Amino acid sequence: MKNPYLPLPVKLVKNFTETEDKLIHTFTLQFLSEEDEKSFPYMPGQFAELCVFGKGEAPFGIASSPTEPGFLKFSVAKVGVVSTALHLMEEGTMVGVRGPLGNYYPVEEFKGKNVVIIGGGFAFTTLRSLATYMLHPDRRGDYGDITVIYGARNPGLLLYKEELAAWEQSPDINLITTIDRPVEGWNGRVGFIPAVTEEVAPSAENTYAIICGPPVMIKFTMPVLEKLGFPAERIIMSLENRMKCGIGMCGRCNVGGKYVCKDGPVFTRAQLNELPNEY
Amino acid sequence: MIVSKNDIPSFLDKLIGEYQVFAPVQEGSYTLFKQICSGADAALTDGNTKLPAKEIIFPQSEKLFSYNVTAEGAKLESIIDDRKKVVFGVRPCDAKSLTLLDNVFNNDKYQDPYYLTRRANTILVGIGCNSPASTCFCTSVKGGPFDTKGLDLLLVDIGDAYVVEVVTEKGKTLIDNAGFASASEADKAAAAKAKDEAQVTCQVNTDGLKEKLDVNFYDPIWEKIHEKCLGCGACTYLCPTCHCFDIVDDAVDCNGCRVRNWDSCAFPLFTLHGSGHNPRTSNKERYRNRIMHKFKYFVDNFGEIACVGCGRCIKNCPVNMDIRVVLEDVRGSEARLDS
Ligand SMILES: Cc1cc2nc3c(=O)[nH]c(=O)nc-3n(C[C@H](O)[C@H](O)[C@H](O)COP(=O)(O)OP(=O)(O)OC[C@H]3O[C@@H](n4cnc5c(N)ncnc54)[C@H](O)[C@@H]3O)c2cc1C
Ligand code: SF4
Ligand code: SF4
Ligand code: FES
Repeated sequence: MKNPYLPLPVKLVKNFTETEDKLIHTFTLQFLSEEDEKSFPYMPGQFAELCVFGKGEAPFGIASSPTEPGFLKFSVAKVGVVSTALHLMEEGTMVGVRGPLGNYYPVEEFKGKNVVIIGGGFAFTTLRSLATYMLHPDRRGDYGDITVIYGARNPGLLLYKEELAAWEQSPDINLITTIDRPVEGWNGRVGFIPAVTEEVAPSAENTYAIICGPPVMIKFTMPVLEKLGFPAERIIMSLENRMKCGIGMCGRCNVGGKYVCKDGPVFTRAQLNELPNEY
Repeated sequence: MIVSKNDIPSFLDKLIGEYQVFAPVQEGSYTLFKQICSGADAALTDGNTKLPAKEIIFPQSEKLFSYNVTAEGAKLESIIDDRKKVVFGVRPCDAKSLTLLDNVFNNDKYQDPYYLTRRANTILVGIGCNSPASTCFCTSVKGGPFDTKGLDLLLVDIGDAYVVEVVTEKGKTLIDNAGFASASEADKAAAAKAKDEAQVTCQVNTDGLKEKLDVNFYDPIWEKIHEKCLGCGACTYLCPTCHCFDIVDDAVDCNGCRVRNWDSCAFPLFTLHGSGHNPRTSNKERYRNRIMHKFKYFVDNFGEIACVGCGRCIKNCPVNMDIRVVLEDVRGSEARLDS
């Protein structure tokens, strides 16, 4: 019997301060062997439990894409015991990773469709994974237009600046970044995600919308998407209920009879409409 | 087969050589399941133990694995308990609760090796309930005082002896060489009579309960139902079907263990997000979740109610919340609101 509680040991090879406020770090982890890496086949949207031995474990979305072999990336906000321990960790230290856990974005369904990715704040992690996956030269042809609308409070809080710069130049993806208030030197848009989404007005025709961000952002963006004509079956969200086991046993993350860890974290708006709003 | 009550201690003594044997043991005014070293320690008195037998299979605190981490790598070792166990004198409701928990720990995607290994290595010997307590309502949730679900053997008390009913092959192996005599027709009749006369006096009407729960998540009735609840979690810790847990590290630097401990959906921190957002902000949402989980979500997922009617939550709630009354209130919610 496979033991789903045992983490794989991985080496922390990079501890990168992602945001200006220093509260988000991106960690690059490397498997100790090719065999270990093979035993961790994941897809965009899945998450893993990161363990700091001696401190515990916590779930984080996988920010890297399976099209980027050799490492895993996680971007972690400093909020508590495990995340703080990670932030303080030196490169070369051994940590653990347990997973991959949960379901993933339905990339097969996206084939032949346009995709609009809407992200707010630091919830952009698995959206980076998704965009990177679809942009891979072997896959890009499978999808129609790819649009990313990504907002943060200020430019210093945007994640993955290198990728954003590359996407900015790429004809394969239409990137719109926005910040809450004008800042000197900022050439992108200014305004909250719901308003910017309304301005950009992506066509709902043959299109999926994937949205990830703080609850308020989602709450106000949803009516915009509905107005644009996105049916609930083509609006996709990722939930973040508090988790421990990640495998549907500890009883912590349920929304109605569904466990976010096992049945999600990815749900369509239509599925969520059937569930109580405890998320 | 039949075994005299006087022969039980020596029967248990024989088992102790080969198995870890657990039986109810007297602790002050109540009984608790404990591992026994002598058959004489088993207190096979009437009624249920204070805590359910659940913790023998799913301990309140358990080490999952140990680790030793260096700069080069990590050595992890699962700590799986595969010792053979007998639980003697378990009541039918507690045995049934394990069949419910099996669904959780062996779900459609994952197997829990800790729970499942213990479960596979444990033989459950039940004793039927001749005189169920006033708080027992097993018959309202598809159980019964002589129900054999989950049991390997069932003992029926006929006075100074037990008539032994074999339920599974596993149970049969336990008594194959025990030298028990065959039950006479008179013994069998006495057992049938005991079963007949056992009265579960308390009936909870669950007709239409599920249908009600299917639609009343936002019903104002929940504002009232939880009012007394303190959120102490006692009901969840004592419940044989509750399974929520937390996972923590017990370590000095990089040498230590990962441990899981029972937890409770009655606690506010249980669902608190890192952002500070909490999807279940008050006792209302938390108590509602407990009821919904047992009487709706579990039924949706596994086709069974996750309550075995043992009455422990009724007996031990510090403010006398009574799940039977709650269920009646839920069932009648419309009528109440109309009036
Ligand atoms: C599927 C999924 C994906 C996620 N992806 C990411 C991601 O990519 N990046 C990311 O940064 N986060 C992510 N999260 C959130 C992340 O899991 C949490 O922030 C995580 O629990 C932090 O762990 P921690 O040990 O650092 O915090 P903890 O120590 O567990 O603390 C978390 C919060 O609870 C509070 N808290 C804890 N204990 C107490 C107490 N005793 N009293 C009062 N308050 C308390 C803390 O103040 C803190 O706000 C994700 C969560 C899920 C479920
Ligand atoms: S034992 Fe009673 S007070 Fe405590 S959580 Fe349960 S219902 Fe509430
Ligand atoms: S909910 Fe109460 S009566 Fe039902 S099984 Fe749990 S403790 Fe027993
Ligand atoms: S995290 Fe344990 S049930 Fe979902």
